[in-house]
Amino acid sequence: VTALSDFINLYLLPGLVVGCIYALGAIGISLLFGILRFAHFAHGDMMTLGAYLAVIFTASLGWSPYAALPIAAIGTAIVALGLDRAFYQPFRRAPGIVTVIASFGVMLMLRSAIQLIWGVDVKTYDIGIRFPMELGLLKIAPRQVTIVLATAALVVALHLFLSRTRLGKAMRAVSDDPDLARVSGIDVEQVVRWTWIIGAGLAAAGGVFIGIQTKVHPSMGWDLLLPLFAAAVLGGIGRPYGAVAGGLAIGLTQELATYPWLSDDPFIAPGYKPAVAFSVMVIMLIWRPTGLFRGRVF
Amino acid sequence: MGIFSAGFLNYLLALGTMSGIYAVLCLGLNLQWGFAGLFNAGIAAFFAIGAYTAAILTTPESPNYLGGFGLPIVLAWPIAMILAGAVAWAIGRICLRLKGDYLAMATIGIAEVIRLVIKNEEWLTAGTRGIPNIARPFEALTAPWNAVAFLALVIALVVVIYWAAERAWASPWGRALRAIRDSDVAAAAIGKDVTQFRVEAFVLGAMVMALAGALSAHYFKFLGTSATEPMMVTFLVWVMLIVGGSGNNRGAILGAALIWVIWSATELLTNRLPGEWITRTSYIRVLLIGLILQVVLQRFAKGLVPERPPRLIDDKVQSR
Repeated sequence: VTALSDFINLYLLPGLVVGCIYALGAIGISLLFGILRFAHFAHGDMMTLGAYLAVIFTASLGWSPYAALPIAAIGTAIVALGLDRAFYQPFRRAPGIVTVIASFGVMLMLRSAIQLIWGVDVKTYDIGIRFPMELGLLKIAPRQVTIVLATAALVVALHLFLSRTRLGKAMRAVSDDPDLARVSGIDVEQVVRWTWIIGAGLAAAGGVFIGIQTKVHPSMGWDLLLPLFAAAVLGGIGRPYGAVAGGLAIGLTQELATYPWLSDDPFIAPGYKPAVAFSVMVIMLIWRPTGLFRGRVF
Repeated sequence: MGIFSAGFLNYLLALGTMSGIYAVLCLGLNLQWGFAGLFNAGIAAFFAIGAYTAAILTTPESPNYLGGFGLPIVLAWPIAMILAGAVAWAIGRICLRLKGDYLAMATIGIAEVIRLVIKNEEWLTAGTRGIPNIARPFEALTAPWNAVAFLALVIALVVVIYWAAERAWASPWGRALRAIRDSDVAAAAIGKDVTQFRVEAFVLGAMVMALAGALSAHYFKFLGTSATEPMMVTFLVWVMLIVGGSGNNRGAILGAALIWVIWSATELLTNRLPGEWITRTSYIRVLLIGLILQVVLQRFAKGLVPERPPRLIDDKVQSR
C-alpha cells in the first residue's frame, strides 16, 4: 500500500503538475508554429519573463503569486507584441527558418536582459508552508490542486475562445490555410497579434506556476525548451488540444521514467529527465511526424 | 608597458588562435547553413563530442574519468570527427526529410542530451571536475614559439578546410546543395536525392565542428562542462557566420575573427569596471551581440562578404 501511495504521491501527481506547466507552454509553441510557421525558440524565456514579472509584485508588495499572475500575463503579452513588431514581423515573407534564427537571438537577449535586471540568484514566491491534505492514499499539496485546476480552467477558456468567438475561428482558419484566410477577408495581422497575446499569456501563467511549485531562475526557460518542443511535436503541430495532451504526456513520462520499475534504482536517473522528452520527440519524428492529433508536417 | 611587451604578444597570439578555432567552427556551420540551408541549433553538441573524444583518447590514465588510451593526436582527432559525424548522420536521417524547424528542435535536443551525459557520467568525462593535463602540440618549444607554432597549426587547418570548402562550393556537389537550399522541390524534380545531399552536408559540417572542439581542448589543456555552453559555442558562431556572410567561406573566416575580436576587446574594457559592474556588463555584451545579429539579419542579410555563385564551367572543361 505504501508502494502504491508513493507511486501516486511522488511520481504520478508531480508528473501531472509538471505536465500542466508544459501544456501551458506548448499551446503557445503549437499555435505560433501553426499560424506564423516557425518554431519559437524564445518561448521558454517568455515563461521565465512571466515568472520574474510576478516576482516584482510578490517581493515588493507582498502579493500572492496568484494575484500577480494576471498582471504578469498581461506584461508578458505586451513584451511579446513588442518583440514581434521589432524582430519577427520584418521576416513575415522570408523563409520561416530566418525567423527561427531571429527567435534564437531573441532567446538569448531575453535571458541576458532578465539576468541584467534581476540578477542570477534564485528567487521564490514567499507563499509560506502549507501542509499537504491527506485523502486516503493521496497526499496533495494545495498548490498542486490550484495549478491543475487553474490549468484546466485556462484550457476550457481557450477552447471556448477558439470554438465560439469570431477571432478564434479566424485563428483556426489562418492556421489551416493562411492564403485562403486572407482572401476571405480575415485580418491576418490581427490574428497574429492575438496569437502572441494568448501564447505569451499562457506561457507567463506556466512560468508563474513553476515559481509556485519550485523556484524562479534565469535559465529555467532554457531547461523548458526541449520538453515544450517535444510536447508540441507529440500533440501535433498547430493543434492546441494536442499540445495540452502532449504536455501532460511528456510531464507524466518524464516523472514516471524515474520510478524504480525494474530494481530499487530509478529506471532513468532523474538527471536525464530532459533526455526522456528528447527520446519521445525523436520517436514521434520517426514514427508519426504529424503527432497524435494529426497536426501538420511542414 | 609597450606595444611589443611579452604580455601583449601573448594576447595577440591567443586572440589569433581563438579566432582560428572559431573560424573552423564557422566554416563547419557554413557547410550546413550556407551551402545547404540547414539550421543547426546544437553546434555545442558536435563541438563537445570532438573535444571530449580527443581529450579522453590522448590523456594519460586517470581514476577520475575514462582515459589512458594514450593515442597520438593524428589518430585521436579523426576518431573524434568520425564520432561526431556518426551522431550527425543519425539525427540527419531522422529529421532532414522534414521541414528545417524539426532539425532545429532536434539539434537543440541532442545538444542538451550531450550536455547531460557530460555532466552526469563522471566515469566517462569527470563531470564538472573536468579533464586536466591535455597535451598541447609543440608545448615543448620555448615561449613564445610554442604558442606561435600552435597558432600556425590552427591557421594551417583553417586554410586546408577553406580550400576544401571552396572546392566543394564549385563542385557539382556544392551546386546541387545550393539548388536544394534555394528550392528543394525543383532540385528533386531534376532528380537530386534531396535528403541524401542534406545529410552529407550536415555530417561534413558536424565533423568540422568536432575538429574545432578537439583543437580547443588541446589549446586550453583543460576541458570542462563549459564546452557545452550554448552561448559561447552555438550562439556566437551563428552571429559570426551571419555577420561575415553565410554562403561565403571567406565571410565565415572574416566574421569569426571580427566578432571574436569585438567579443574579447569588450571583455578587456569591462574588466576594468568596478566589481559589481563586471557581471552586469557581461549580460549587456550578450544583449549587444544579440542586437548585432538582429540588425544584420534585417538590414544586411547578405553579411559583410556576400555569397557569390560558383563560376560557370568554361568551355575547355566542358568539352572534355
